[in-house]
Amino acid sequence: MSEADLPVDADTAPGDERNESLTTYLAGLGLAALLTAVSFFISGTTLVWGPSIPVALAVLAISQMGVHLVFFLHITTGPDNVNNVLALAFGVLIVVLLIGGSLWIMAHLNHNMMPTDQLMRMQR
Amino acid sequence: MSGARAAAGFEDPDRAGPAGGSGQHQPAAERAAGGLLSKRIVVGYGFWIFLLSDIVMFSAFFATYAVLVDETAGGPSGRDLFNLTNVAIETACLLASSFTCGLASIAARTRDAPWFHLAMAVTFVLGVAFVSLEAREFAGMVARGAGPTRSAFLSAFFTLVGCHGLHVSAGLLWLLTMMAQVFAKGFRADILRRILCFSLFWHALDIIWVALFTVVYLMGAGQ
Repeated sequence: MSEADLPVDADTAPGDERNESLTTYLAGLGLAALLTAVSFFISGTTLVWGPSIPVALAVLAISQMGVHLVFFLHITTGPDNVNNVLALAFGVLIVVLLIGGSLWIMAHLNHNMMPTDQLMRMQR
Repeated sequence: MSGARAAAGFEDPDRAGPAGGSGQHQPAAERAAGGLLSKRIVVGYGFWIFLLSDIVMFSAFFATYAVLVDETAGGPSGRDLFNLTNVAIETACLLASSFTCGLASIAARTRDAPWFHLAMAVTFVLGVAFVSLEAREFAGMVARGAGPTRSAFLSAFFTLVGCHGLHVSAGLLWLLTMMAQVFAKGFRADILRRILCFSLFWHALDIIWVALFTVVYLMGAGQ
């Protein structure tokens, strides 16, 4: 099917790409497999300083999500993709607020709360 | 109104919305509808909004899990329970199925029914492999006395991972529906829109799995 048969629009649906091809998916698969393999390798290794491993895992996971978004979902920075990217940005904002806020609040609660055995003794 | 402006040769550089933005390779006549987008774009965008809200829901489960991960109540922790080989196979299945789902959407675009059915069938098999590996893992944990009632950590674990597993199972049913619809009705415009939504759903599940295997399994087993 040629390019001319496709409906021409000024916007792109997420998941749609005008020149979507096998190469895009192969590149995405290769990058994602590489990042996954590095994640699994690094989680059990003793080659690097221990406390750095969770940070490295987080960075690898976020970059792999980026690979999935670009190569599989075709979310790009192109002008026809502005609406999709804005919706994604809003979603990411909510996710960061929700997870970050929960962890922050619960850490403070844990910090300020009396240990349970002490609390029980006071109630007696 | 914007169609009239486009036809007169006006181009508003600040307008990033439907009718502006990427006009350079399209003749003005094809945008004469003036901001009325094709149904495919509206449907895809709406489904994208749904997927983002689904991801927000998962983030609430992730936050719960992260808060409760140390509350094992004297029971087993992630390090005692997780088998990373199993998780690696599950990850490989889901990633490969995401790839074959992409192949299916290329086949749908080129109206190639045999390749579409083949790619969807491979996607289905890989998805079933994923779900059955996860079910086996869950059954093994429950049999060891590490079911969701054992501790707050395990409740949060089963909620988070089980919710993803349920999504994958629902996606498998949807996949079969799409194969049946293409078989019975062919590549009609409405069917193609459903295939677009399905592939978005499937790829989004893989993104959630990336966060899941990193936060739950790799960080949990490596502590």
